[in-house]
Amino acid sequence: MTAAQHTDATSGETRARPSFYWRYLVEPYLYLSPALVLIGAVMLFPLIIGISYSFQSIALLKPFDTGWVGFDNYVALWSDKKFWIALENTFWWTVGSLSLQFFFGLGLALLLNTSFYGKRLFQALVFLPWAVPTFLSALTWAWLFNPVIGPLPHWLYDLGLLSEPYNILGDPELAIWGPITANVWFGVPFFAITLLAALQSIPGELYEAAEIDGATAWQSFTKITLPFLAPMIAITVMLRTIWIANFADMIYVMTGGGPANSTQILSSYVFTTAFRKLDFGYASAIAVALLGILLIYAVILLFVRQKFVRT
Amino acid sequence: MSITAPRTPVLMIGKYVAISFYLIFALFPLYWLLKIALTPDQLIFTEGTNLVPSQMTFANFTSVLFKTDFLAYFGNSLVVSLGTAAITTMVAAGAGYAFSRFHFGGKKIIIAVMLITQMFPLLMIIAPIYKIIASLGLLNSLTSLIIVYTAFNIPFATFLMQSFFDGIPKDLEEAAMMDGCTRFQALRKVIFPLTLPGLGATLGFVFTAAWSELLFALMLISKNDTMTFPVGLLTFVSKFSVDWGQMMAAGVLALIPSCLFFIFIQRYLVQGLTSGAVKG
Amino acid sequence: MARMELNNLKKLYGSVEVMRDINLDIEDGEFIVLVGPSGCGKSTLLRMIAGLEPISGGEFLIDGDRMNEMRPRDRDIAMVFQSYALYPHMDVERNMGFSMEIRGESASERKARVLDAAKILGLDKLLKRYPKELSGGQRQRVAMGRAIIRDPRAFLFDEPLSNLDASLRVEMRLEIARLHQKLGATMVYVTHDQVEALTLADRIVVLEGGNIQQVGSPLELYERPANKFVAQFIGSPTMNVVPVSSAQGGVTLANGVTIPTLKDVNPVNAAELGIRPEHIDVVPLGAGDFDAVADVVEHLGSDTNLFVRIDGIGPMMVRVHGNIPKQPGDSVGLKLQRENIHLFASDGQRLRAEDALAA
Repeated sequence: MTAAQHTDATSGETRARPSFYWRYLVEPYLYLSPALVLIGAVMLFPLIIGISYSFQSIALLKPFDTGWVGFDNYVALWSDKKFWIALENTFWWTVGSLSLQFFFGLGLALLLNTSFYGKRLFQALVFLPWAVPTFLSALTWAWLFNPVIGPLPHWLYDLGLLSEPYNILGDPELAIWGPITANVWFGVPFFAITLLAALQSIPGELYEAAEIDGATAWQSFTKITLPFLAPMIAITVMLRTIWIANFADMIYVMTGGGPANSTQILSSYVFTTAFRKLDFGYASAIAVALLGILLIYAVILLFVRQKFVRT
Repeated sequence: MSITAPRTPVLMIGKYVAISFYLIFALFPLYWLLKIALTPDQLIFTEGTNLVPSQMTFANFTSVLFKTDFLAYFGNSLVVSLGTAAITTMVAAGAGYAFSRFHFGGKKIIIAVMLITQMFPLLMIIAPIYKIIASLGLLNSLTSLIIVYTAFNIPFATFLMQSFFDGIPKDLEEAAMMDGCTRFQALRKVIFPLTLPGLGATLGFVFTAAWSELLFALMLISKNDTMTFPVGLLTFVSKFSVDWGQMMAAGVLALIPSCLFFIFIQRYLVQGLTSGAVKG
Repeated sequence: MARMELNNLKKLYGSVEVMRDINLDIEDGEFIVLVGPSGCGKSTLLRMIAGLEPISGGEFLIDGDRMNEMRPRDRDIAMVFQSYALYPHMDVERNMGFSMEIRGESASERKARVLDAAKILGLDKLLKRYPKELSGGQRQRVAMGRAIIRDPRAFLFDEPLSNLDASLRVEMRLEIARLHQKLGATMVYVTHDQVEALTLADRIVVLEGGNIQQVGSPLELYERPANKFVAQFIGSPTMNVVPVSSAQGGVTLANGVTIPTLKDVNPVNAAELGIRPEHIDVVPLGAGDFDAVADVVEHLGSDTNLFVRIDGIGPMMVRVHGNIPKQPGDSVGLKLQRENIHLFASDGQRLRAEDALAA
């Protein structure tokens, strides 16, 4: 093809044109298309269908009762006591898990940012829970809370926290702490890794300069470390909040939402409604409500962030 | 940068207390899992809560492996996880490459959509997916799980791969193109060999994610012969909730592939999780 | 061998025009250097020639053939990158022979050619090393070797010496000059270092803000800069530029001193006067155009730099050949060499007789 172009520039021009557009317009989509097709077909399309389900009556156990019902599902939701309980539980579950994960994660990151003997091995071992499959973390902690084979009830009893060594997962007052503990165990490494990376991006000279300027360790932490970590903390906490609020596996495996819905959060309520009752319409309505709440949360957060950035 | 070591003995002791605390907190549950799995059946109720068993046995492991369906579950999970990891990594490598190297119309929108898919409750689509898969006649098939898991993991894997591609200087493939490569040749001969560690890490992340997934598998799989490990174990727990030793032995077995991959991907953890990646 | 024509080349990023009306003919075997401050578009222009950056408008020809839509591989041009862009997973031999590998040439042919090129560049003992095992200078040589092994129509260099330390840079500069003599190939070289530009170039192209400011031989640019930008960009130390107003047969400086100008320059539109530090003579007090006080004196051995302050005008720099026994605080008389005075209009253009006539 080069020979032709050398002899005749104009014909070369017309023939080379397509390859020009090919390179700069079409080619990226060639690399992207499998991803786009899969995301579109398996996530976006079902998402739209899911929203439409929330306006229909689709319960596999009542196959003859199918059809559009308008806002019936939402009306039912409004007067569903379980929904409001689940909403409240979602709040405590998210806040509890997140703050503990963050607190212990920050501690671990700060610890890993110092030097000590055997640090590499230590790091590998403390990050291990992150690699444990979630269902297995949940089962393991459920077993640890079981007084027959688990030591925790006995320890709590010995510490005087429990009147007798019973399974707190069966106690509506305390049950939520079971999944939260498992979630913290599972989630600390994630926070630690993220914060550690942010910590390591702080130039060491800053600490040396602060030390020469006479700052104490605490001052270095509050005046250098925290301000540097703040953007990373903000974004991690925001994303993690959404992720934890959506995270139903722990609760489903450990308590199934019980006892008496005391551990039911919105996402696990969606799952049990869809999976156990096969009521897809109602499950979708709960899911849309959850999505709406998360959206409101995200909007508020973005708004707050913008205000902070401006000033 | 490491901060200089604490200077006072009190801080020093505090540090080692903290180290021990984190170690025990991280490892104790796993130790307990292993301990019960190794405790002979007849001792579980008498010394179930002792820290160290007085006798050890591998009987639980052998009976799990040979007297139950766990070996089949294990195989199913392996097929699903490996299949998902392989396909996802390939697809995500393409998409990550496009994000890293091209400027094109719609790029921002596509990135935004991919980020959003990481935010919305995945359970929202569990019902539609069930109906779609059912209408395709693909319920109880490992293929359907692979397709669904692949789609779920693509956004995360794409951002991960993008960060690896971003780490390879653009000059290199331009040099290759000046040397006479087509873009695809440059990709194959120069970029691909340099991305191998990144591909490995992505494989690992996706494998681990697919290996752990429970809720969609519960929904889509109800037949014993196509159950994945999590589904099988959970069914086992609800049916035979007294055979602690065997369940925990099964749990230990489920841990093995994850731990192997974890060791493999350890060094990429910090890079992977900070590169715009948001998934746990 | 290649003759290049750039006709009205244009570059858009989105709707932002970053480069316009680039017209340049590059003769076969010519060494062209593109200089300019960072962000002036010199690298973008080079990458458009290479085919790594799409051309938004105009036409680019090599030997009369339109190149705009050709892929880099079809243009038969070699390029040396600023970062060297050596393939980290290949040893030196494979790095250098990679283009031949792509073209499917036989292993024995490859080996022979690589060895030849390696000998020229003194790399023959390093062929089995990997890039990370090489020093900066050696990597630079490998990058050059990779280019020459192909025997391309033209060579492009994108700031190839900027990652080397000073002494190595001088050495490699000579190497490139020698290479150009030996191969006689067309070369386009981007740099922000004017010493490289002045020493290597047949012609220099000065770019600023996406426009060509001037094209010319190094001496032309030094002696007859087209405008104030080129005047101040080329030449080290930088040309002094001070405001003036035009007067009868000359220009008047801010301190009231009138400098008569040469016959062929009509100072009617003069707004500024430019004079290079080396074109100011130090004379006894009162014997020059004006007197000044030296603030800082730098004794370089071969030259002496005086940073002087002139009442009513401000600071200026003066360079005198040899050593003169001046101290900070000393007063000196200064005389501007008449034939080396440049006058600039208010738009920055340098005034010549023909410009003045038009006005």
